[in-house]
Amino acid sequence: MSTLISILWFAVAVVGAMALGWLFRALVVAVLPQRRAHEMRKAPLTASFGILVILVYVLVAVFAPVIAPFGESEVVGGEFLPWDSTYLLGTDNLGRDMLTRMIYGARNTVGIAFIITALAFFVGTVLGLLAAVVGGWLDQGLSRSVDVLMAIPSLIFSLLLLTIFGTSVLSLVLVIATVDATRVFRLARSVAQGIVVMDYIEAARLRGEGKWRLITREILPNAMAPLVAEFGLRFCFVFLAISGLSFLGLGIQPPTADWGGMVRDNATLITFGDLTPFLPAGAIALLTVAVNFVVDWQLHKSSGLKE
Amino acid sequence: MADQNNAQDRLLTIRNLWIEGQSEDKWSPIIKGVDLDLNRGEVLGLIGESGAGKSTLGLAAMGFTRDGCRISDGTVEFDGIDLRNAQAGERRALLGKRIAYVAQSAAASFNPAHKLIDQYSEAPVVHGVMSKQQAETDATSLYEQMQLPDPGQIGFRYPHQVSGGQLQRAMTAMAMACRPDLIIFDEPTTALDVTTQIEVLAAIRNIVKEFNTAAIYITHDLAVVAQMADRIKVLLKGEEVEEADTRTMLSSPQEDYTKSLWAVRSYARAEQEETDKGTPVVSVRNVTAGYGDAIVLDDVSFDFYQGRTVAVVGESGSGKSTAARVITGLLPPKKGEVLFDGKVMPADYRSRDRDQLRQVQMIYQMADTALNPKLRLRELIGRPAQMYLGLKGKALEERVRSLLDLIELEPDQYIDRLPSELSGGQKQRIGIARALAAEPKFIICDEVTSALDQLVAEGILRLLDNLQSEFNLGYMFITHDLATVRAIADDVVVMQQGRVVEQGRKAAMFQPPHHPYTELLLSSVPEMDPDWLSELLKSRAAAG
Amino acid sequence: MAHVWRMIAQRLALGFLTLFVVSLLIFGATELLPGDFAEAILGQSATPETIAAIRRDLGLDQPFHTRYVSWLGGVLQGDFGNSLANGQPVIELITKRLGNTLFLALYAAAMAVPLSLALGILAALFRNSIFDRMSNALALTSISFPEFFVAYILILWFAQSGMFPSIVRLSEGISFGETLYRCFLPALTLTLVVTAHMMRMTRAAIINLLASPYIEMARLKGMSPIRVILRHALPNALAPIINVVALNLAYLITGVVVVEVVFVYPGLGQLMVDSVSRRDIPVVQAVALIFASAYVLLNLTADVLSTLSNPRLMHRR
Repeated sequence: MSTLISILWFAVAVVGAMALGWLFRALVVAVLPQRRAHEMRKAPLTASFGILVILVYVLVAVFAPVIAPFGESEVVGGEFLPWDSTYLLGTDNLGRDMLTRMIYGARNTVGIAFIITALAFFVGTVLGLLAAVVGGWLDQGLSRSVDVLMAIPSLIFSLLLLTIFGTSVLSLVLVIATVDATRVFRLARSVAQGIVVMDYIEAARLRGEGKWRLITREILPNAMAPLVAEFGLRFCFVFLAISGLSFLGLGIQPPTADWGGMVRDNATLITFGDLTPFLPAGAIALLTVAVNFVVDWQLHKSSGLKE
Repeated sequence: MADQNNAQDRLLTIRNLWIEGQSEDKWSPIIKGVDLDLNRGEVLGLIGESGAGKSTLGLAAMGFTRDGCRISDGTVEFDGIDLRNAQAGERRALLGKRIAYVAQSAAASFNPAHKLIDQYSEAPVVHGVMSKQQAETDATSLYEQMQLPDPGQIGFRYPHQVSGGQLQRAMTAMAMACRPDLIIFDEPTTALDVTTQIEVLAAIRNIVKEFNTAAIYITHDLAVVAQMADRIKVLLKGEEVEEADTRTMLSSPQEDYTKSLWAVRSYARAEQEETDKGTPVVSVRNVTAGYGDAIVLDDVSFDFYQGRTVAVVGESGSGKSTAARVITGLLPPKKGEVLFDGKVMPADYRSRDRDQLRQVQMIYQMADTALNPKLRLRELIGRPAQMYLGLKGKALEERVRSLLDLIELEPDQYIDRLPSELSGGQKQRIGIARALAAEPKFIICDEVTSALDQLVAEGILRLLDNLQSEFNLGYMFITHDLATVRAIADDVVVMQQGRVVEQGRKAAMFQPPHHPYTELLLSSVPEMDPDWLSELLKSRAAAG
Repeated sequence: MAHVWRMIAQRLALGFLTLFVVSLLIFGATELLPGDFAEAILGQSATPETIAAIRRDLGLDQPFHTRYVSWLGGVLQGDFGNSLANGQPVIELITKRLGNTLFLALYAAAMAVPLSLALGILAALFRNSIFDRMSNALALTSISFPEFFVAYILILWFAQSGMFPSIVRLSEGISFGETLYRCFLPALTLTLVVTAHMMRMTRAAIINLLASPYIEMARLKGMSPIRVILRHALPNALAPIINVVALNLAYLITGVVVVEVVFVYPGLGQLMVDSVSRRDIPVVQAVALIFASAYVLLNLTADVLSTLSNPRLMHRR
């Protein structure tokens, strides 16, 4: 019976999400100028739902202090209070307002994940493109080092480094960015290598173009589509990784609000059938699903255009 | 004509066939109401340029459409069976058994994971025609008939262990496995060298005659179809232009389009007089080059002069493209040197100065991969002018426009386009404009017309010809196609396996006596005469 | 065949070289410790004398390479040093837990691999059908879920009603069936997490090949769709599929950490997490080395197997 109800709820959620996606798409198509709207009109419902969700998260993250009813780590009442009109989502294990923590969690978890991804991406892409264009010892050196770093599973490597550097936000950012940059490097290098063998690159080299122009004008514009998609995927990985670390108590440290940590702190409620701890976990899942939907659409589009 | 034949002889009837293809959510017609009739034992040639719908029609004769295509109207009837409305299982029972298919690239169409003989016996065994053992014995005899070397053993090899020409014959043998009533040959020799093509053509023709199999032979090469087909149907953009028996079609085509196709081959530019040629603009001296330990070019020398075209001819593996890489400096030679205006050029392009780079330009075979898809024509063409000649702003724009004029593209309309917004021939013209923008003395043209349809290719040849006389350019024209050589060359260099076999003026090269390899090359180029293949084989057999 | 053996020998040598460098990295990482190993051990109670004493005891006054060689020598004989937290030999802490973790990973793999290969092949066979779209969307969704979310959902569904235990207690002398029963939820969590990924990649590997001319040839020979997939596409998709499986088995190793914490499973992952928060470096080193070795060996196996599945390498001209 409970399974049936769960499935029913799931179906309602899916239909609701698609309806939201449809509404949002209609709205965007109406608002945007003709040329851009055309692309959006062809977007699948999953993708437009994804964009909508991402937008909401960004807004919540940016305006967190305005929206949140209480202070981030303010103890406002008893522990584990149920949902009511003052504490819309109840309170957590220390008596802090759950909704407030959720809202600040968007800012902290998403913000840090974004910074890490951007950093990893910048370093990985620059090195990957350089390795592909310059080749020779630089390529060999970088590739072999990355091979070794990638021979250690990323979570284990992160844990090892966090043991050593401690669990401050800065070391968290640097450690995960380093680990992830190796993956970005791999992709950027292989994408660029696919482009470097094209005749137009040979033509540019024979023309006497410098490395800077080769990378910025000839290679990068052609590598953008897979790199953008990879950015989305990487963000998901990083986001899940830091949530996982926080869940383990090794990521973002209290009293900073963070979704992974919130699940851990309030997990006991689940045994009593209280669903509150699922909210932060669901918030993580929803954003990753949303990003994945958008990436899937982009990948599909760029592969479709090639034919 | 076909209609007058006894209905019992009729094998395949296609009426008012419409096929649509999907692009960007819209269905647009590829085949527009084509009729086709084929009798038992008859070979029909389907010819047309790319995009004519030849392959689509050929596959439709099997009741098959590729993913993203659909038959929207018409009937396909094979021996009384309605293929269009047949159940999937019913149609599958015919495919491979009564209707077989021979693909363009045998290397890609054999499954790399299985031995040839296992792929041969798959259809007979699955369709219940014979046992695996019988199929293997049968394969040996068919392999022998297809004149494959070591017919008893060759089947036990994997596709990558067998050469292209042999694979193509093995594929024909595979199609014959169930002794089908009809075989569709989809450009079976297009990917092969001319000398290999002859053997495959002869083998296909013999076996089709031997088993009295009907065939649809698809090709873009008129001379090939003249050898193979009893009747020829000409297609253009999904519509039939005309159909007639081979001899009538060759001697008196009715439609203008067909006549224009026939006429291409006759294009040849005026013979240039032998003047005092002066210092060669580029000369290659005793060059030996290769990759790693492999020697691809072996002690090769030739000269190029301003205002003249040297065609470098050879089959794949002859080293003609490697010679171009040595001249451009992409592949520094192991021995020998490259001279420009009598002075030695640095072997590696990275050590050449800007002017040396400017003077030697290159036009590529595949315009698709030679143009950065993300740059607009303004930048694609303008960049060399900006780099080498320091043009900026207005002057640069003017230059780009005049270059577009030169290649006969309307500047206002084209200057801000991306390569993806151009046709194949237009892309190749942009490649030419980009080379011209550097104002070089010497241009290497690497198979520049081989990816293009004949009519488009002819336009490119004319353009190159005009530009040469206007700017006194020296051309190195790399090609495998002797018709192109005849059309554009002043001098010819024949290469085989990394060596120069023969070189001299064009007129002399096309007159006997020839070097034996040149002779083989020249005699292997199919001619429009339907009896050409038979006579060639007869004369070769007589010669021993 | 000689060249194949040579190739495999090369891969093996490369694998062991990688392991060596990894061990160097894991050992060397502690050198980056702000301050010093001895200070880390003593924490607040450090005085110059006690630090000097510990340094001598641990041989920290020796140069790096001497310490590395003696550490590695110990590791090869099963001696990972003593835990800083409770002074027990590390090897005693990990042996039992290693067995438990391996059992959980194998349990999950035994469910996940056949399931995801079957689903992937079916999705490729019925591509663009409702089944394909549904399984694709579901897979995408479950890839997006953090492991602990999946774990708690399962707990909510199965443990609330008392069907399966939400906390895994392994004691001596319980039957194999009972162990399977008690470990079901963590194994199912891991299965769900990796199946989605493996299925999607299997499907992609096969669909990639479906556009090849030899697949069209098989269809034009009148072969049934199932035969086309199983006999013509699958043998050529083996290499990518082997790599996908290896990648995901390796991922199980990482996934195990979080899942063990949720279900309080007495495995290596739990131990590692506890040791990281206690900064018990010898234990972290040992566990990291074990996880990394498993990872390297898995990738090595995949590499060798995919080499063996390639006819171009197996049968040269």
